Amino acid sequence: MMKKFYTILTILLVSISVFATPGKNVVQIKGSDTMVNVGQAWAEKYMEVNPQDFISVTGGGSGTGLSALISGTCDIAMSSRNIKAKEIELAGKKGIKPFEIKVALDGLAVVVNPKNPVSKLTTAQLAGIFTGKITNWKQVGGPDSKIVILSREVNSGTHVYFKEHILRRNDPNSTEEFAGSALMLSSSQAIADEVAGNSDAIGYYGMGYISNKQKAISIAKDPNSEFVSPTIENVISGKYPISRPLLLYTNGQPLGLVKKFVDFALSKEGQEIVKKTDFVPVVK
Amino acid sequence: MRKFKEFLIEKLILICGLASIFFVVLIFLFLLKEGLAVFKSVSPAKFLLGSKWYPISEPPQLGILPLIMGSLLVTLGAAVISIPIGVASAIYIAEVAPAKLKEILKAGIELLAAIPSVVLGFIGMVTLVPWVKTIFHLPTGLTALSGSIMLAFMAMPTIVSIAEDALYSIPKSYKEGALALGATRWQAIWRVMLPAASSGILAAVMLGLGRVIGETMAVMMITGNAAVLPHSILQPVRTLTATIAAEMGEAVVGSEHYFALFAIGIVLFIISFAINVTADIFLHKRKW
Repeated sequence: MMKKFYTILTILLVSISVFATPGKNVVQIKGSDTMVNVGQAWAEKYMEVNPQDFISVTGGGSGTGLSALISGTCDIAMSSRNIKAKEIELAGKKGIKPFEIKVALDGLAVVVNPKNPVSKLTTAQLAGIFTGKITNWKQVGGPDSKIVILSREVNSGTHVYFKEHILRRNDPNSTEEFAGSALMLSSSQAIADEVAGNSDAIGYYGMGYISNKQKAISIAKDPNSEFVSPTIENVISGKYPISRPLLLYTNGQPLGLVKKFVDFALSKEGQEIVKKTDFVPVVK
Repeated sequence: MRKFKEFLIEKLILICGLASIFFVVLIFLFLLKEGLAVFKSVSPAKFLLGSKWYPISEPPQLGILPLIMGSLLVTLGAAVISIPIGVASAIYIAEVAPAKLKEILKAGIELLAAIPSVVLGFIGMVTLVPWVKTIFHLPTGLTALSGSIMLAFMAMPTIVSIAEDALYSIPKSYKEGALALGATRWQAIWRVMLPAASSGILAAVMLGLGRVIGETMAVMMITGNAAVLPHSILQPVRTLTATIAAEMGEAVVGSEHYFALFAIGIVLFIISFAINVTADIFLHKRKW
């Protein structure tokens, strides 16, 4: 009986010490759900090469990552939007200087159900649909049925980017908002599923989530320009109008282990992983 | 030695008892401290009655009326569905069902209570939502009605088991008296048993609804979360709980949005506190 007890105790102690020791070699990465997959892939590959280091990657949304960086609970924040002035100010108060590194590009696809005959829209039409000014598909050349708007929740960097660049047309003084009737779904996958099953729905998310159950809309900046589909080539060439940078934020210039990881992400190998996870590399 | 042991255990239990009260008070104080800060930037009337919820805009618009209405609508819908079914099945289990069936039914209802809400939400999302969409010819099935139906399932176990308890604890003599006076079985149940157990049944309903209004995961998955003032139950709604859950991760600590979410927490706390107190009053009225 006693022997058993000691064995258990030893196992417990050993396991505690195993979890506790990697202290200095741990990098905590947190933030954008869009970037979780690529972050995870970087971490895996990085740890294969450097088995003594431990990289932990968690999601939660760009805002979550940045507030973790500000409160000092992570080393690198992944973000699919630029840091806000208010966040920089808050960080300053806590003695943290966010430093921005662009690691990839992401094309935002606007998707509808494959049964929907509409396959081309201008950015002005998109703004009209998502702000609730255009409410019926027949107004943009589709069937006579009500448009169901799908959006990500406000904790998503994708939501913020789409609002600023499509709804507000990059105008900082604009006060356009998503229509109140827009359904707020909690993940890109939820939007993909709803679009796949609802022929009146329209939603948006990173290109990586497009499958044959959804149809990606070709988009033109204005009625006179060419309609462009969201492909990697079109995002690299800048033809596709809705693409955004994916960013890492560190506290000050990256140093030591953090620098090693960031360098890996920007290396040829790291950017190869970017391509594999359906994003667009920034370094060729 | 024995006395000391006794003393020690007694005090330990006392501390445990006090701790729970202490924690509730601490939680409430924390909620107040963080939540009341929002009223520096928006007046309470505007916060409670404003109809626009755009928390991350500059300046943010923090009106939670659509969220309150959303929560109430979903809860009301769940009440309409779960109360008749719940009370009826409590009557069946307590009065009508043969002993063997009674055991099976009770076990089944307890099993229903054991299903995690996220699982119910998921089942609702893949089965119920498409049905609601096709049956009512709606543009989307993510509506308050879907949420109400799913939440009714969650309230049912509480309602059935507490109402059944209330019916069971009525003295046998009531029923026997009624039957002896020539009442039919149905008359005895409807005119004698139900009124006698009414306070217990009301308490059951209140506790069931308390569970519904605080439920988060399932409603977040199937009600669509659109912050508009609902005109009908076939529209998407956004509830108080889903708003907190969905937005807490993003809110910059110390921002108006963050304080507003805590203020929503206060509103929720007040609503469920009121429901629980009502249930308690009904429960304690029950004296034979």
